[in-house]
Amino acid sequence: GCFVFKPSTKKRRSSEKTAHDFRSRSDDSEDTELRFVTCQSLWNQIKSETEQIQEDLNKQLLDNLLSFLSRSHSEFQEKTTEWTCRMKFREIPTAALVLGVNVTDHDLTFRGLSDVLQDNITPYIALLEAKDCPGIKNLMQKLMGQLMNCDIDVDSLEDEDCVQVSQNRIRCSMSSLISWYESVTKKTDSETPSKKRNSFSRHWQFPPVVVIFKDMESFTTKVLQDFIVISSQHIHEIPLVLIFGIATSPMIIHRLLPHSVSSLLCIELFQSLSCKEHLSTIIDKLLLTSRFPFKLGEKVLQVLINIFLYHDFSVQNFIKGFQLCIVEHFYSQPLSVLCCQLVDVKKRVYSLSHDQCENIRRLPSFRRYVEKQESGKQIELLTNDSFLKEETEKLLEDLHVYHENYVSILRCLHVFTSSLPKYPLGKQVVELHCACLENRVWETEEYESSLQLARMLNKTDLVTMLQQCVEILMSSSGKEFDKTVEKLKEFLTQFQNLEEASQERDVSVSSQKELQKKTDLYHLQKTLLELKESRRSKKMTKFEMLRFEVVDYIDSLVRKYLVPADDRTLHEIVYFNAAAVLRGHLNAAPRTALHTALNNPHWYLKNQALKCDGGGISNKAPDICIVYKLHLECGRLINLVDWLEAFSTVVMAAEEPNADAASSDQVDDIIHARFIRAVSELELLGFIKPSKQKTDHVARLTWGGC
Amino acid sequence: MPNLEHPAYPAADLLHLESLVPCRESQVSMLLSIFGERQQFSFPSIFIYGHTSSGKTYVMQTLLTTLQLPHVFVNCMEYFTSRLLLEEILIQLQSSSDTEQTCAVHCDTLNDFVRLFKQAVASRELQDQTLYIVLDRAEQLREMEANILPAFLRLQELTDRNVTVVLLSEIVWELFRPNVGCFEPFTMYFPDYSIGHLQKILSQNHPPEYSADFYSAYINILLGVFYMVCRDLKELQHLAALNFAKYCEPVVRGEANERDTRKLWKNIEPHLKKAMQTVYLREISSSQWERLQHDGGEPGQLKGLSAHTHVELPYYSKFLLIAAYLASYNPVRTDKRFFLKHHGKIRKTNFMKKHEKTSNHLLGPKPFPLDRLLAILYSIVDNRVAPTANIFSQITSLVTLQLLSMVGQNDQLDGPRYKCTVSLDFIRAIAR
Repeated sequence: GCFVFKPSTKKRRSSEKTAHDFRSRSDDSEDTELRFVTCQSLWNQIKSETEQIQEDLNKQLLDNLLSFLSRSHSEFQEKTTEWTCRMKFREIPTAALVLGVNVTDHDLTFRGLSDVLQDNITPYIALLEAKDCPGIKNLMQKLMGQLMNCDIDVDSLEDEDCVQVSQNRIRCSMSSLISWYESVTKKTDSETPSKKRNSFSRHWQFPPVVVIFKDMESFTTKVLQDFIVISSQHIHEIPLVLIFGIATSPMIIHRLLPHSVSSLLCIELFQSLSCKEHLSTIIDKLLLTSRFPFKLGEKVLQVLINIFLYHDFSVQNFIKGFQLCIVEHFYSQPLSVLCCQLVDVKKRVYSLSHDQCENIRRLPSFRRYVEKQESGKQIELLTNDSFLKEETEKLLEDLHVYHENYVSILRCLHVFTSSLPKYPLGKQVVELHCACLENRVWETEEYESSLQLARMLNKTDLVTMLQQCVEILMSSSGKEFDKTVEKLKEFLTQFQNLEEASQERDVSVSSQKELQKKTDLYHLQKTLLELKESRRSKKMTKFEMLRFEVVDYIDSLVRKYLVPADDRTLHEIVYFNAAAVLRGHLNAAPRTALHTALNNPHWYLKNQALKCDGGGISNKAPDICIVYKLHLECGRLINLVDWLEAFSTVVMAAEEPNADAASSDQVDDIIHARFIRAVSELELLGFIKPSKQKTDHVARLTWGGC
Repeated sequence: MPNLEHPAYPAADLLHLESLVPCRESQVSMLLSIFGERQQFSFPSIFIYGHTSSGKTYVMQTLLTTLQLPHVFVNCMEYFTSRLLLEEILIQLQSSSDTEQTCAVHCDTLNDFVRLFKQAVASRELQDQTLYIVLDRAEQLREMEANILPAFLRLQELTDRNVTVVLLSEIVWELFRPNVGCFEPFTMYFPDYSIGHLQKILSQNHPPEYSADFYSAYINILLGVFYMVCRDLKELQHLAALNFAKYCEPVVRGEANERDTRKLWKNIEPHLKKAMQTVYLREISSSQWERLQHDGGEPGQLKGLSAHTHVELPYYSKFLLIAAYLASYNPVRTDKRFFLKHHGKIRKTNFMKKHEKTSNHLLGPKPFPLDRLLAILYSIVDNRVAPTANIFSQITSLVTLQLLSMVGQNDQLDGPRYKCTVSLDFIRAIAR
């Protein structure tokens, strides 16, 4: 159980059921069906996209591994009798696969790995997990089970051989594994001419047997050592390859295995892409694109990124969180029906019901928009549904265009900011994106300072940046950039001209330099001072003027296109902004929740009678709450008798204010029983435990009382 | 030269045997005299011990195969349960008689074993010969059922057949002896090979293309470098094979002839030293080493396993680990002083007790309860940390990554205690 994997709260099990769920909550049953369908198709698109991205990212690693595996047992294939091969000790080829601490993501990598291996190298793969292998016996059992099963899968058509392998009576030893391997390879060898060939033609005659240890750190030393020692004795008979999945650092190999064992291995290191790069690629491809209509608001994105950076480094969890956002958005926002591709917008807008139109009118951003219109149009917008629909369509198209432009200009700005010293606006495009979403970026101090820094860039950098910007804008789908591109190109030619001009001037300067060479140190100093002086007083050079112009132009672009989404009308339709909801779902706080439940039962039970004032203990609260509150006042050890006393006082307080004195020193049996039950409930919840230090005392397990 | 002599075996075989087991003649002749002639009963059990790669397994195997004595050779490491072990012995017994018919044997207890063993011996007509059962890595027997080891020691008596059990181990007999009286085996020690022995053995297998003298000079250099750190014959042989190509290089290129030892030494010596720091420690693998040699690249390009020490951790995981480290190495009493803003002044004189003067790092990490870890975490992180499920799951994942370890795994509710297992250097790297 690493980095707990929390399935999102609303995973679709069966489509009808969830579609029903969608309907059940929202009072206006408007378009739930359509919303659900849109949501699903969108998610499927995104899912396939992410899978594609991840495949591409892992490709390099998998290719390296494949080439390692294919050369690892070349000797086994050739059966060389060369002197060096005879003399050398046969080590087990081992790949140490460093995958980073995001253990939740490893599964995907291993799945991809085993698929690729199956296709290219060998059908014999065993994936072992530490929790299945507490001893060498279990390990062998698991290993043989997986290997022999995979064999059955391959030739399931032949029935006679499979029957022999009955799971429980396999002798789990290396020798039976070897005889199995021999029989398997011999069989394929003899059957090569037959039609079975095509399934095996990709593999060699002796495909290696790959054993993958998924979580190297968790294996016990003894099991690993035993297994390695055993298998190294049989490496001549069975071409074994080990793959260690390592989450921390490869040092762990030396920590787990003594030299006598690690000398049996031939370890090569493979490193996967760092999870931060992985995430930034995912964000780049999923969020910074106008392909998907759904967008994340700034706060929500921040929550997701924070969970990633602060807690788990898990890309899978990030994607799950993203999925949750999509589901939540389509579930809670009735107008999300309009969150679709631009092609469908028109049709959907015109089929909106009156209630939905009212929903639109209620949107804060729309209200702001209406207020800015002239009064005649205001009335039209607020009363005439069909006019509203027309307007909505236009606004949505605007929004779409805004997105297209936004992404391109954002990337251009990133080209500039990412090369500035100290990165005032962040190194990665995501940070810039967040800054732009949050508020008007040009009003921030960071933007100001980065502009100032940009005004000090040298020419070559500036030219390359401008070229990059031109490329970005050319490739973007936005239509408005023709002029911008032209302008940028003009800048570039101006720089070019400048260069030529300066070359001419250089000639004259060089003659000056020659003069300087002959002067002595004193004169040199003097001339330098003069030069400096003149430079200070001198007006800006042509280059500097041009540089100012460029930066100003970029600034104007930013002001025009990088308007925060909150300012756009109808942004609520495509932006998911409920960060608090998301935080509640993803960042659970069990201690706090438990404390609230026990300390303030009204919070959950919604019973007016329970509403208590301040620190007082109401006797109407459930017994466990009373006991809990009382125990908060105690130290580390709690005297049960005192506790019971206090409990009965609280309970009796309201019931019978004038209880007769005789019964007060003898606690009522029922109250006693209630107390015992409440205390054992607390014990079950892990707040207290029986103590042996003092009789009749229990120990507190939570802090606060020390 | 102490020639092996025994009236029972042909002289040619003995001569051949002698050539195969250099430097172990005295042990072999000793064994031969214990074994006696084929039909004679031998000692019921023999215990042979000696350091790693002192030739125990090799000598036994060559002795038994060259003289064609009936034997069963089993590695106890490989057959890790008594059932597997016993069954393996029986299978080997059967299969050597008739190769085709290997029916499955079921043998769960020693009682069954003795019965089946008698059958097998009868079927192979071995009554008039001594059968040798060799149990390699016999220390594993101690971990099986208590009756296995004593029974093997007196198998001759139990089965009433002509059988001798040979136990091979790296540890001394005293560590085996069960506390209930058992049959004392005949113990025999295989001493380590001396440097002269190693030289002789390693030089024996010279490559066909080069003369024995040339190779022996190479071995001499190799031993000069590696003898200080490694006396393992297998490992030395492996290293010799790995680096021989480099040694031959000047000869192949025609820059030196085979007798030019000085030149050859100059060429190989730094190379071997580098090998000692990399390949020998398995920092880089031998195949990588060979490729490097082949391409003539510098080993500096390839970073060893220990070079990759950096571990990237999530933000809070880093702080958790640092907090755990602080909790492990600081005494509880100092917490108040270190982590509270308004702590009282502490008189320096009697603050440190005498025994605490020794560095806490020498004493190793101490266990601490979860609450203390969290309290320190809250005080070292600048902004507020909510005790969310994510934080708790991070602690668990640090445990599975072996950066923390759980102490006394009893009840989860019982206030779990942890220990920090990482070093100061690691923490320094993280804290940066």
